Amino acid sequence: MAVKTRRYSARDVTVLVIGLGVAIVVNVGLIWGPTLASVGLSGTDWNGIGPLDWVGGRNYADLAGAYPPFWSAIRNNLLWLGFLGLVATPFGLFCAVLLDRRLRLSRIYQSALYLPVVLSLAVVGFIAQLVYSSDYGVLNAVTGLSVDWLGDRSINIWVVMVAAGWRHVGYVMIIYLAGLKAVDPALKEAAAIDGASEAQTFFRVVFPTLRPINVIVLVITVIEALRAFDIVYAINRGRNGLELLSVLVTENIVGEASRIGFGSAIAVILLAISIGFIVTYLSQLFREER
Amino acid sequence: MDHGAPLSRRNLLLGAAAAFGVPALLTGCSSGPRPATGGASASGGLGTVTLGSNASDEVPKKSLATVLDSFHSAQVKVNTVDHNTFQENINRYLKGTPDDVFTWFAGYRMQFFAEQGLATDISDVWREIGGDYTQAFKDASTGTDGKQYFVPFTYYPWAVFYRKSLWQQKGYEPPRTLDEFTALARKMKADGLIPLAFADKDGWPAMGTFDIINMRTNGYDFHISLMGGKESWTDPRVRQVFDTWRGLMEYHQPAALGRTWQEAAQSLQQKKTGMYLLGMFVAQQFPENERDDLDFFTFPEINPAHGTDSIDAPIDGYMISAKAKNVDGAKALLKHLAQAAAQNVATGLDPGTLAASSKADTSGYSALQKRGAELVSKAAHIAQFLDRDTRPDFASTVMIPSLQSFVGKPGEIDSLLAGIEKQKATIFR
Repeated sequence: MAVKTRRYSARDVTVLVIGLGVAIVVNVGLIWGPTLASVGLSGTDWNGIGPLDWVGGRNYADLAGAYPPFWSAIRNNLLWLGFLGLVATPFGLFCAVLLDRRLRLSRIYQSALYLPVVLSLAVVGFIAQLVYSSDYGVLNAVTGLSVDWLGDRSINIWVVMVAAGWRHVGYVMIIYLAGLKAVDPALKEAAAIDGASEAQTFFRVVFPTLRPINVIVLVITVIEALRAFDIVYAINRGRNGLELLSVLVTENIVGEASRIGFGSAIAVILLAISIGFIVTYLSQLFREER
Repeated sequence: MDHGAPLSRRNLLLGAAAAFGVPALLTGCSSGPRPATGGASASGGLGTVTLGSNASDEVPKKSLATVLDSFHSAQVKVNTVDHNTFQENINRYLKGTPDDVFTWFAGYRMQFFAEQGLATDISDVWREIGGDYTQAFKDASTGTDGKQYFVPFTYYPWAVFYRKSLWQQKGYEPPRTLDEFTALARKMKADGLIPLAFADKDGWPAMGTFDIINMRTNGYDFHISLMGGKESWTDPRVRQVFDTWRGLMEYHQPAALGRTWQEAAQSLQQKKTGMYLLGMFVAQQFPENERDDLDFFTFPEINPAHGTDSIDAPIDGYMISAKAKNVDGAKALLKHLAQAAAQNVATGLDPGTLAASSKADTSGYSALQKRGAELVSKAAHIAQFLDRDTRPDFASTVMIPSLQSFVGKPGEIDSLLAGIEKQKATIFR
């Protein structure tokens, strides 16, 4: 069959330019432009006022060699990811499975678990202070301990992750609950007739059918872990054991410090980590489609 | 006059620009012609002066408005911006189209902008008002080039605060040397009190302790030179400061990194702690009827060579931007603000502050204000507090985490100081 040559009318071209053009301008202007600008600025020592001096990789060397909060932030971001991915998310799934079994009062449990999701993480941060404060906190008052939950840098990240997880569990639970409702009951019946145990039914039959949900939950978990900011900022501005990459970027760029070059270098590191996850996810997605 | 308008077009734009994180817009949105002030009760011969103010809290805002009511040589148009927003955008503000006069801080923070040519030299104003200020205030207003750029308005001293009733009951006396101080702390501990209230969750309160121990041990000149990045942090003299501080740590309130200064101040008010090194604003945490029970002493002598000749007493005041359009009017306004009478209006309305002018009338002061004024008049050197005496990036990104890590683990001094020195080298290039 001969290839039909297409001719675009002036109107088609206009529509194409406007349709595609706007998208490209928005994409370049709001996403690629700032991203590339950050990468460019990370090689300078710009302070927001003076001239742009190119310093090459010096900001990265300073970051790795002479900026202790940086390594703590990397560690905390990874811990955050690990905690949400390996503890909070599976627990959310567990709650969803239990609630799906139509327990008595399941509506109440469901509401109780879902309630924190409507709170912003900054608010969760304030609640966490009411619970964990060493002088007036509920936890010390009830248990009679005198632990400095938020000030002791060897434990504060853990208790803050529990607070963040409290919200994450509800979020994951509601998504899984919706997914579980959609699983065809006939599958479970068939498994039961074949003599599969409860656990076998879940892991061999139900869980694999939840695959699309799993992908969504995984993406949400990774995003939540990398964008974590508000809760630690509300607690102590992300210092003293609660450093996160997002906080360090803000701390250096915004405010009187104005270490824009240095802050951009941290932002680039965060970008590199995010891209790692994004590329893995997209390649996975495309492979499936093919 | 039209000053103190709660929400002018500029403020709205300024706020919006800051809120959306597009500070670059600041330069653009304020360049339009200034609206004329209408209905002025007094029309001076010097036209209109614009005043950029960070007095966004109710009390300071009201006190500024009252002070300006008595200024008749020119019309003043005040642009009030949220305190923190003003501070965080100061670079871009001064680079863009700043107001003629703006509120700022004395010391290094002032010198930093004067050096970059963003402030107007007001040495001629100082030739007129110089007699109203002590040398310490003049030094704090002088740039590195020896010219003056700043007019002090109010300030508040840092000292060790305590409750008179508690001390009388237990028979404590204000200590004069470090040994007496330690002995007193030990006695308090034996009496079941926590000797020193302490909090450093916000990161800055510990700076006050570092400042005072450094000035007592090594003197004001070394302290300022260290803040200016000219001394090494691994110097044995700096080590000595941290050693002394570590020796006092057992008397500090534990779990300080999880506590705010307000909570620590409340523990002092509740007589759970014996004393508290903080600024005079500690009084805010005391109910009105208990404020007269609050007293203080200056941090005791450590090194006889320096005695107790220096204190931290951050000074707030006014500067003229380099791009000021109405310099004559701005200078007239600064002269007005330098008057003792103007400052007395402010100290009357805001009991946490003291008037900077030595001619100020202290008869209207509360007992605490009187003691504060006496303390400062005796000090030969006034430091401005660590985050005002050094580069802002060094203070916030290096000193806050470092001091917090010292408070958490007071034992690891050498590695901490090596770390600070290394980071200092990356900032003071």
